[in-house]
Amino acid sequence: MSSTANGLNRKTLSIAGAEIELFEGGEGAPVLFLHSGQGVTAGDPFLALLAQEWRVIAPSHPGFGKSSLPDWVDSVDDMAHIYLELMDRLGLDKVDLIGCSIGGWIASDIATKVPDRIKRLILVGPVGVKVGTPDKLDIPDVFAMPQEKFAQLIFHDPDKFRPDLKSLPDEAIAVMARNRETLALIAWEPYMHNPKLKHRLHRVTAPALFLRGESDGLVSAQYLEKYAALLPNARTETIAQAGHAPQLEQPRVLFEKALAFLNA
Amino acid sequence: MKAWHFSENAYPYLPPADQYESIRVNLPNRNYDPEKGAKLYDRFLDEWLIAEDEGVEIMLNEHHQTATCVDPAAPIVLGALARLSKKARLLILGNPVANRRQPVRVAEEMALVDVLSRGRLECGFVRGVPYEVLPANSNPVRMNERQWEAIDLIIKAWTSHDGPVSHEGRFFHHRNINIWPRPFQQPHPPIWISTTTPSGARTVGARGYVQATFLSGFDGTRAIYNNYRQGWREAGRGNDVPINRLAYAALVYTADSEKRAYEGADKLLWYMRANKVPFHYQYPPGYMPVPAMAQVMRGAALDQHAALKDKMVVEKAIEAGIMMAGTPDQVYAQIKRFYEHVGGFGHLLIMGQAGFLEHDDTVHGIKTFAREVYPRLKEDYPDTAISGHGQDRSAGGQQSEQSLRHAGLGVVNPVSS
Repeated sequence: MSSTANGLNRKTLSIAGAEIELFEGGEGAPVLFLHSGQGVTAGDPFLALLAQEWRVIAPSHPGFGKSSLPDWVDSVDDMAHIYLELMDRLGLDKVDLIGCSIGGWIASDIATKVPDRIKRLILVGPVGVKVGTPDKLDIPDVFAMPQEKFAQLIFHDPDKFRPDLKSLPDEAIAVMARNRETLALIAWEPYMHNPKLKHRLHRVTAPALFLRGESDGLVSAQYLEKYAALLPNARTETIAQAGHAPQLEQPRVLFEKALAFLNA
Repeated sequence: MKAWHFSENAYPYLPPADQYESIRVNLPNRNYDPEKGAKLYDRFLDEWLIAEDEGVEIMLNEHHQTATCVDPAAPIVLGALARLSKKARLLILGNPVANRRQPVRVAEEMALVDVLSRGRLECGFVRGVPYEVLPANSNPVRMNERQWEAIDLIIKAWTSHDGPVSHEGRFFHHRNINIWPRPFQQPHPPIWISTTTPSGARTVGARGYVQATFLSGFDGTRAIYNNYRQGWREAGRGNDVPINRLAYAALVYTADSEKRAYEGADKLLWYMRANKVPFHYQYPPGYMPVPAMAQVMRGAALDQHAALKDKMVVEKAIEAGIMMAGTPDQVYAQIKRFYEHVGGFGHLLIMGQAGFLEHDDTVHGIKTFAREVYPRLKEDYPDTAISGHGQDRSAGGQQSEQSLRHAGLGVVNPVSS
């Protein structure tokens, strides 16, 4: 275990052949945070805020960050099973669950598998279901667009989040490449969804809050509404001046919404 | 040495390149006129048969959703060629097996062509180019692993003769494998693989299949062949690698005068110039290893593409070893020089038609090569020649995986692999 800059500890757990890195900090009721396709780092400002209020556990999904990717893992379902084991190992009998984007999909999947162990569920720009017509992708194809267009779709203000690819250390760029590779592995086909998930979400009895940034170009307002309607006890809210990643663009607003919802 | 006439069946009648984003993947097919396309198929089939008459073998390949190669179902054209041709070997290079959902179906198609042609099939397998993962809907991650499992499954289907067998692997599952017909050639048709990575070439060498590489130039090709030979020897296949295990695809145009040859060769460069493909189609996640992809993200690819652009004139392309062009004497000398640099290879895959190189000029190139260059190559480089003598202990012999991957970044090859 090692301590990071903002008081979160980094440690690793071996689960079913995967070495899972996770960041943990804070005290109180446990909150499991499942990151988006962009991964999670110890310096994540949203994590630091969460750790002021709760015991935060933020793993890197298999194949993301520094977590290894066993050959057998190639789906969200696989990752959900790894996290069920992680919850057992960390003694998280009941947990609040926050998931962003692909992490929202994993969170939804976990909630269908063990509804009794989820206290409250917050999904931020989640993917994972197919709610639209067959002749149009519900989520624009992130694997078939220029980087600039991608930046415009996921950020309200892309200029603030342009990585300097020339000066970033090799390791950081390699993590970006690897995150994207693993995202393709698990979300390529069916694209960004599991056709079964929407028939399983009725099992999720925990109160759920669906959030999206108002400028999110990947998860539309309509998608979010239809997704939330698949759960018996869910509502939606919008975050202003944010795109697909409110945890980066509006961490404090997101934190305050989480605070209000999880403490309700 | 064997020479092969290779045509991609390109459809060149396109709007100006500045009016579309990419010649592949998203170019609307309203730009394709089926009348013109039908005439092109007739013409390209004729050219293959002319090559056969001249003693040259036949090669074709497959690409998808692109104007550069309007042969999205190569086994079908191969079936036509199996009946139209009489004696040429028929090389398909190849079947993109990482993109095919049913390897057993591929085994059936190839067995059928082998029987139809009375055992003239040379069966190539390719991983597929990066910009074809979208058209094929094929997950770009773990393609290599899928490709090898598919190849092994196809060989199992070809060589099992006692009723159904099954396969429950990592990527493919098949309960009842009992193909009819079985291949004409025993135990199965010769296998070719195209690969551009050192580890890939070592694997192909270890298995003893024919290794083909496309437009990889002097040093890139030498590195790939070195790794092939290394894999061959480490697998206990003996010290001597016959040249007929190694193939090289280059743009080749031979004519009766240097001027005419350079004019024809310049038209062949359409292959390179027309290959307008945006970054996000060229570099899907997972297609290349993470360290190489990281370099690409840093901008390495842009430098490589700039370097490639420089080679798009005949003299530069010849210098780079991706083209052989000129009079018969010149082409012979260029091939000889290339042969010696890479340590020897036994198959020259001649990309002898592209873009606006019209029928008469294409035929002139085929005939001039076949009559005035090919006999010398056959004499100098018999199939029994050995590849790699005096090569493998020199500087290029043992290049690291990493340096080769970096060197190979620009080999997002317009043609195949």
